[in-house]
Amino acid sequence: MRKYQYLIPRRIVQLSILLLFVGGNYFGWEIVRGNYSSAIIADVLNLSDPYAVMQIVAAGFLASSSVLFGALIVFLIYVIIGGRMFCSWVCPMNIVTDLAFRLRRTFKIETENKINISRSIRFYILGLSLLVSVVFGMAAFEVISPISMLHRAIVFGSGSGLAIVALVFLVDLFILKAGWCGHICPLGAFYSVFGKQAIIKVKHNHNNCTNCMACFDVCIEEQVLSIVGKESDFIRSGACTNCGRCIEVCDDNALKYALKFDLKK
Amino acid sequence: MRSMATRRKVIQRMFEGAVFLGGGGLIWGSSIKANSKSDYVLRPPGALKEKDFLKACIKCGQCVEACPYDTLKLAQPGDGIANGTPYFEPRTIPCYLCTDMPCTDSCPSGALDLKLLTKEAEKPNINNTKMGLAVIHQESCVAYWGIQCEACYRACPLIDKAITLKYEENTVTGKHAKLLPVVHSNFCTGCGVCEQVCIVEKAAIFVLPIDKSTGEVGDHYIKSWDKSDEDRIKENIKSADDEKDIESAIDYLNDDDLIED
Repeated sequence: MRKYQYLIPRRIVQLSILLLFVGGNYFGWEIVRGNYSSAIIADVLNLSDPYAVMQIVAAGFLASSSVLFGALIVFLIYVIIGGRMFCSWVCPMNIVTDLAFRLRRTFKIETENKINISRSIRFYILGLSLLVSVVFGMAAFEVISPISMLHRAIVFGSGSGLAIVALVFLVDLFILKAGWCGHICPLGAFYSVFGKQAIIKVKHNHNNCTNCMACFDVCIEEQVLSIVGKESDFIRSGACTNCGRCIEVCDDNALKYALKFDLKK
Repeated sequence: MRSMATRRKVIQRMFEGAVFLGGGGLIWGSSIKANSKSDYVLRPPGALKEKDFLKACIKCGQCVEACPYDTLKLAQPGDGIANGTPYFEPRTIPCYLCTDMPCTDSCPSGALDLKLLTKEAEKPNINNTKMGLAVIHQESCVAYWGIQCEACYRACPLIDKAITLKYEENTVTGKHAKLLPVVHSNFCTGCGVCEQVCIVEKAAIFVLPIDKSTGEVGDHYIKSWDKSDEDRIKENIKSADDEKDIESAIDYLNDDDLIED
């Protein structure tokens, strides 16, 4: 069980949120209504996707104060506390891409990438999405987002968007390792940029490390582990999704969740 | 040599960036535009104008959840409507004009706005909505053939306001009346109940978005018999272009050029 001490809670959190949205639509539960773009909690508190709201504002519409406030709350939670935790603990696409990642390892689908795409392309896509929103007057990523299509397909039963989700899965499985979450997704890029100095981080203890490389095997952002086996420090990269897989697989107690309060780069 | 190489690299990177931004942005932008091409789509009550609505909608589906009749649907790829935005097709399920407007009320972003359902200082009223306007294709309406129908008239939630019956002599029989449905745009909400109940194969009365179903006279026709319409002249003069030579505009028929020709 220790091997999955964070994976199981993560899946429970992800699926519970999804279930609450589904229940809100199909059974009229009033705990959470809406979807990951904008939701209302217990008919009182609005929570909104800060990246979606940013695009709406870029498109030239000043969203209502409740949405702006809801987006600010979510933004601050990830910026101050969670970092990129949305990606690994909330986002439903993570279940799909993690499955592709696991199958890739299980069936030893070639580890050499067929195409070479820089991991930083997502930051350019993030910038471009805002530019396109301004020029074309529409929230650019929201219209084509596979994440939105996935959760809308599940919450509202609109199936044809699943094709693009399947495409993400197949690309991740056969073409590019961690292609979506680790290279392309601008929402992940958004939280990487703004969540870099969040408090919750993974901490490495160099003295316990035996250089077994198990953590590298399971990490979708393996470049963030560059200090492993070399020095004791936090995993400081904003790209780390705080999924905790590295902690689970480490047999040497060299990695753990910890709280970081300094603002070193 | 080294500086040359880096300079070349910098320039190359700049070009790469320009191609990525320009090309990628254009493809991206035109694809979202193509995706939202259908401007014949009917939006929920209180929706902003289509262009602003597309900017404002956060695609959360709360209006769809709030709709008790399952009228509203969320667009998905292939519908030709911007993904995730709400719409309805009255021939399948029309809008039943809930008096408490749950869909409009549920919108968090402001894409659906109760203010647009409010006239002057009154409370919001669903009958103020203008989701579209019903249009009648007379050739396929059996009432215009002379067959008694009245289905749309009877079903209309604003009966005798939004749809009235006009009596006309049936010249085919010479002794019957035609009971012709007529839509009045000042009352029609675009709810589409008429479209749903229309008895013919493909509805002869159907709802189109306001800008697709209405014309516009422009400024230069004034109802001289209508005092309030004459006020428009005064407004237009205020906004008129002062640079114009008004004298010559009035006298243009006496212009030499015209007379010589």
